[in-house]
Amino acid sequence: MNAKGTVIKYGDNIDTDVIIPARYLNTSLPDELAKHCMEDIDKEFVNKVNDGDIMVGGANFGCGSSREHAPIAIKASGISCVIAESFARIFFRNSINIGLPILECPEAAKAINNGDTVSVNFDNGVITNETSGESYQATAFPQFMQELINAGGLVKYIANKGDK
Amino acid sequence: MGMTMTQKILAKAAGLNSVKAGDLIMAKLSLVLGNDITAPVAIREFDKLGVNGVFDKKKVALVPDHFTPNKDIKSAEQAKVVRTFANEFDIENYFEVGEVGIEHALLPEKGLVVAGDVVIGADSHTCTYGALGAFSTGVGSTDMAAGMATGEAWFKVPEAIKFNLTGKLNPYTSGKDLILHIIGMIGVDGALYKSMEFTGEGMHSLTMDDRFTIANMAIEAGAKNGIFEVDDLTREYMREHSTREFSEFTADSDAQYCQVIDIDLATVPHTVAFPHLPENARTPENWGDVAIDQVVIGSCTNGRLSDLERAAEILKGKKVKKGIRVIVFPATQKIYLDALKNGTLSALVEAGCVISAPTCGPCLGGHMGILAAGERCVSTTNRNFLGRMGHVESEVYLASPEVAAASALTGKITAPEEVM
Repeated sequence: MNAKGTVIKYGDNIDTDVIIPARYLNTSLPDELAKHCMEDIDKEFVNKVNDGDIMVGGANFGCGSSREHAPIAIKASGISCVIAESFARIFFRNSINIGLPILECPEAAKAINNGDTVSVNFDNGVITNETSGESYQATAFPQFMQELINAGGLVKYIANKGDK
Repeated sequence: MGMTMTQKILAKAAGLNSVKAGDLIMAKLSLVLGNDITAPVAIREFDKLGVNGVFDKKKVALVPDHFTPNKDIKSAEQAKVVRTFANEFDIENYFEVGEVGIEHALLPEKGLVVAGDVVIGADSHTCTYGALGAFSTGVGSTDMAAGMATGEAWFKVPEAIKFNLTGKLNPYTSGKDLILHIIGMIGVDGALYKSMEFTGEGMHSLTMDDRFTIANMAIEAGAKNGIFEVDDLTREYMREHSTREFSEFTADSDAQYCQVIDIDLATVPHTVAFPHLPENARTPENWGDVAIDQVVIGSCTNGRLSDLERAAEILKGKKVKKGIRVIVFPATQKIYLDALKNGTLSALVEAGCVISAPTCGPCLGGHMGILAAGERCVSTTNRNFLGRMGHVESEVYLASPEVAAASALTGKITAPEEVM
């Protein structure tokens, strides 16, 4: 499994309130949430994001509330992967559970620039900045986590396993 | 190797003799919690699991507290999803408007959490119950769904920061000042993935309400959980509110901590977190003149009886500065009634405050006190992120009930001593 796309980059402490403001939490429909993703720090995000794009953040990405709506909104907006220096723990857990791949890699998160083209190999954890030619090693997902993400999240993964 | 309080609770819940930081364990859950925002997503996922029911209808709590009383049609539909699920699966701890309160004030009050419990909640402030000596942590809706179905959750065993408390807080200084002071010291990711364990002889001087406030905001330092050692005050609280057996865990003398922080409570200053992060802690000499438009007193952080009483002590017999909107949210129906009966609410209303129904309301920019562009609010809530309480150009200053009340009188951020 791989991802490749243009980078949209943000700073440190990107909280769940800016990823999806609470005023939109009166729905949980992914497409509705995606319409307002990031709007309080970047009104243009919803217009400029393309399917497959990669979001890069600084330290403590996803801090704040436990709302699963935050990774749901990012995933539904078309983002294929989030790379950050570090993630808040509930956001990390939620992202994996809904099938949004996220990678912790301080070197990559610091060096990659907004607009760069980046590819990610989820099998070995290698992140390649095709614009600069540099590559970085993130910890690869263990097998079960890759299967879980491929299945589209924890619930589908459990359901699939039950079928076998 | 010795274990921390949190590690001992998790070991027991996993049926293991010992665990160490970094271990992945599967733990039995004492309670699974959700609210009107997170439960509908969990219910959608739960339905996909194809199970016949919840693992234990006594051990699931559904608390529609965020956008209730329903703020709009979409919110009403979400609350209905929760209500329908509660009826279908015979959930004992579903709380309708009239019984409902803010979840993290309500569950301890109803005796649903006691020391030694392992609790997950689809709400980040689930860490509040650490005040009782329980392990409790926030999760997302999918984890909640799996927890409701199986009664188990996996955890990575956390390492811990030990806070060794000595001394006693000064008058008009409370738990909120201490936790804002700590977050200012270690930062919003200072305890990322870790436990914050509070101990030392100084902790005995903290009221239960102070301890709830402190544990509640552990998440604002990125922590997995915050937890207090159990003492006589905790036992008294649990016996008053619950009939359940509880289990006390103290850290081993040779427990490993990644950091030990000593705090003399007498040195904790009034602390306000300036926009837009809880770590932007400032003491009075650095407050300057910040003119405000609104004051909010309430929330899962500071909406308990003593919080309202502390505010009322400062406001009693005085008047809120003209033009300042002061909104008070008793966190539960019981707190509302107790504050009504003991004169706290009349003191607040006579001073010019408005009293709202128990709800999370404006804390997350939901309803009942949203800010316009350029407006500033002193709030006893827990987050001051960009746009948290309304317009993206509004500002939230996090403070104790004492500072919030004093600021209501002057119209700017003010230390309580200045108005007493």
